[in-house]
Amino acid sequence: MVRSGTLILNVAARLLLPLQLMFSLFLLLRGHDEPGGGFIAGLVAAGAFALYLFARGRRALSEMLKVSPRDLVGMGLLLGVAATLPAWWVGEPFFTAQWWTIPVIDFKASTPLIFDIGVYLVVVGSVLTAITALVKTDQEDDER
Amino acid sequence: MQLAVLGGFVVAGMAPLLHHWFGARTPLVMALLPASLAAWLLGHWPAVASGEVLLLEWAWVPGLDITLTFLIDGLAWLFAMLITVIGALVLVYSGEYLRGHRDLPRFLVVITAFMMSMLGLVLADNLVTLFVFWELTSITSYLLIGFNHTDLAARKAALQGLFVTVGGGLALLAGFAMLAVAGDSWSLAELTDRGELLREHALYTPLLVCVLLGAFTKSAQFPFHFWLPNAMAAPTPVSAYLHSATMVKAGVYLLARLHPALGGTDGWVVTLSLVGALTMATGAFLAIQHTNVKKLLAYSTVMALGALTMLLGIGTEGALVAFVAFLLAHSLYKGALFMVAGILDHETGTKDVTAMGGLRRVMPRTALVAGIAALSLAGLPPLLGFVGKELMFASVLEASAWRPLILLLAFTAAFLTLAVAAIVALRPFFGAPRETPRAPHEAPHGMLAGPALLALLSLTFGLAPGLLDPLVGATVAGIGTGAGAEVHLALWHGVNLPLLLSLASLALGLLAYRHWDLLRARLARLEPLMARGPEAGYEALMAGLVSVAEWQTRMLQNGQLRNYLVVTLLVLVGLVGHALFFRHTFTLDIALAVYFHEAVVAGLMIAGAVAACVMRSRLAAVAALGVMGFSIALTFVLFSAPDLAITQLLVETLTVILLVLVLFRLPRFATLSTPTERLRDLAVASLSGGLITLLMLAVLSGERLPRISDYMVANSQPLGHGHNIVNVILVDFRALDTLGEMFVLALAAIGVYAMLRFHAEAYDARRQAPPRERDDG
Repeated sequence: MVRSGTLILNVAARLLLPLQLMFSLFLLLRGHDEPGGGFIAGLVAAGAFALYLFARGRRALSEMLKVSPRDLVGMGLLLGVAATLPAWWVGEPFFTAQWWTIPVIDFKASTPLIFDIGVYLVVVGSVLTAITALVKTDQEDDER
Repeated sequence: MQLAVLGGFVVAGMAPLLHHWFGARTPLVMALLPASLAAWLLGHWPAVASGEVLLLEWAWVPGLDITLTFLIDGLAWLFAMLITVIGALVLVYSGEYLRGHRDLPRFLVVITAFMMSMLGLVLADNLVTLFVFWELTSITSYLLIGFNHTDLAARKAALQGLFVTVGGGLALLAGFAMLAVAGDSWSLAELTDRGELLREHALYTPLLVCVLLGAFTKSAQFPFHFWLPNAMAAPTPVSAYLHSATMVKAGVYLLARLHPALGGTDGWVVTLSLVGALTMATGAFLAIQHTNVKKLLAYSTVMALGALTMLLGIGTEGALVAFVAFLLAHSLYKGALFMVAGILDHETGTKDVTAMGGLRRVMPRTALVAGIAALSLAGLPPLLGFVGKELMFASVLEASAWRPLILLLAFTAAFLTLAVAAIVALRPFFGAPRETPRAPHEAPHGMLAGPALLALLSLTFGLAPGLLDPLVGATVAGIGTGAGAEVHLALWHGVNLPLLLSLASLALGLLAYRHWDLLRARLARLEPLMARGPEAGYEALMAGLVSVAEWQTRMLQNGQLRNYLVVTLLVLVGLVGHALFFRHTFTLDIALAVYFHEAVVAGLMIAGAVAACVMRSRLAAVAALGVMGFSIALTFVLFSAPDLAITQLLVETLTVILLVLVLFRLPRFATLSTPTERLRDLAVASLSGGLITLLMLAVLSGERLPRISDYMVANSQPLGHGHNIVNVILVDFRALDTLGEMFVLALAAIGVYAMLRFHAEAYDARRQAPPRERDDG
């Protein structure tokens, strides 16, 4: 029974969403050294989208997301599998972690990071798939 | 070469794209792939002929001793050559046969993938790699046999072929594992050198049984022969390819490959020669009962596979030469005949040989090709089939075990095969012309080219069998234990016993052909007996499997969550309890140094759990569970595991969100279980909770095992480049587990989506269906 919410919730959701998403990205990127990581960050992002959904409805969420949550799951799995491959290229066993330093910005890229982003997308996608599916049937019930 | 085979799979995947570019000429373009592979193989012929064994090394999973190394000796070369050459011809042929077919791209994808799997199978040196390709051929041939997927019979036949070959594949996997243990290597090149060791190993008998099961199911040996004729539901190019040179020969290839390692023992000789001879006779006997040209050929393929197995069983030098000659002859004539059968089907619209007649006037070239190929099938001079059959008879006379029985079976098979050849080559083309569903024309060049080339090869090698000497010699060197045997094939060996046997089978075969209609009518009376054959056993097994599955689903998965939990928990209690009490001894030293705040958190948890159980309202129960969840998060904080605490908190939050969404959809709160059931649930819960507590205490008390966390702590920074151990474990040390869990999560999401979605659709359908009218008054 999710309807576009009150004014306060409505405004709050719009303001909070970017903050929450930035926080989730922050958790994702620092996860290797400090508490955080793909799973936690994914849950935070999913929570953020869920708040937006409660405030503004399913249609607004899918218009903002542009991609279906199920596609996010697929992309996440693809990234997860992709992270297994670079080791082959340098002749090391399947899934051995590879580390590269990107010179100009001195950023450490690695297959674990790619893999973690995959985890992130799968978590966000899965939770949102479940939530939007539930909301969808709710709204169909309402229309009757 | 490995790149070529793996790239072949990529080309297979690109078939739809190629079809977009080249249209109806795509099969010709795709045929360039096997053709160039054949050219590459031809370039290595001098080395192979001189007895060299090429090892193309390629590490795959070095940690598990799995390599993608290819081994090319005479045996592999011969098979690879047959696969690529006949593969190219079949692709050209299918371009005409399936011209304008809606699913041509799909066909090309699957047949090319099959071709590459087959090539990988015969070239693989590593047992695991061989097995992977073996299973790939099973799966791709399943897709090929079921190509006409709208046809129920085709789907059933495809599934039957899959079950039989994959069932055998399971046995083969077990056999390979034992083989690797017994021979202490996964490499075929090394295993074939360790024959002595293997044959005397304690595991020899079980591993032989398993390997033979795998090979026999794949190569349609009695009593697994029934799937092969049913697989004729496939389009004819598929039959021509799968049943002449490839799929069904995989089992025979494996037996030949393992002959130096496992062959020569009594078990091997008796099993292979008897099963082979029995398969020969069964195939030929069943063949003449059919009027469908493809079934006739399919059963004669069963006969040929039996002959090959039997020859490997006999295993003398002469038998191995006969094996290679017969194999080559069969691949050539059977490929040609299947393609001719496809032409007949394509041009006349029927597969029934008794419904055709006099076609030689309208399709003289096809008739000529069919005639030559059938002469080879019949084993008449001057064709390669004759050379093969003479050698086969000569080897049977050398058989060491059960010679009279094997000779009788082989002779029966030979004369019945001759009758089959006559039926296929004479019946449609001679006699009075008959009305067929389609008015026949001569076949297009694209369809005739393949069979004509194969028939020509049969004739050439028949007239000059000496051309094959180096090839047969190199191949026999790969199968036999001694290398480099001198081989001389000849058409004419003088008047000897094999020749007399051939003459006798010719006379009997022609007699059988003359009275074929009568013979068929007589044999039709055996129908009730046939109905109880191995295929009935297969059906019964499948029906039994389904009913067991239904029974256990009703028992274990009856749709009630409580039952699932009870089953899961009891299994856990049983297994963990057994391991804890019977496999290990443990001491408990419970130090009761508990801080006050820890006790408070524990108390909260207990209170939450108890409250959740006894609350009379759903919302209150959820809140109580929340108390428990947050206390657990608090515990994680107290013991400095911030990652776990954050995760726990987030999961609790999301649980609330999900509950908000479903709460009002749930039925009214009610007590569904009886007091007895609640007591049972209490018992199960206490048992599993108590056991897990005990397990934790036992683990913490004993310091016997080195703690794995020490390794993680020590190596997280140097190896994983990260300070957060939890994350390093998740995405690096144990990344494969995480990957698995990602798939689980994705599947769960898709499951939720599908369940809610289809439930809603079914609900809509029910609502929108017009109210049923009463017409019964």
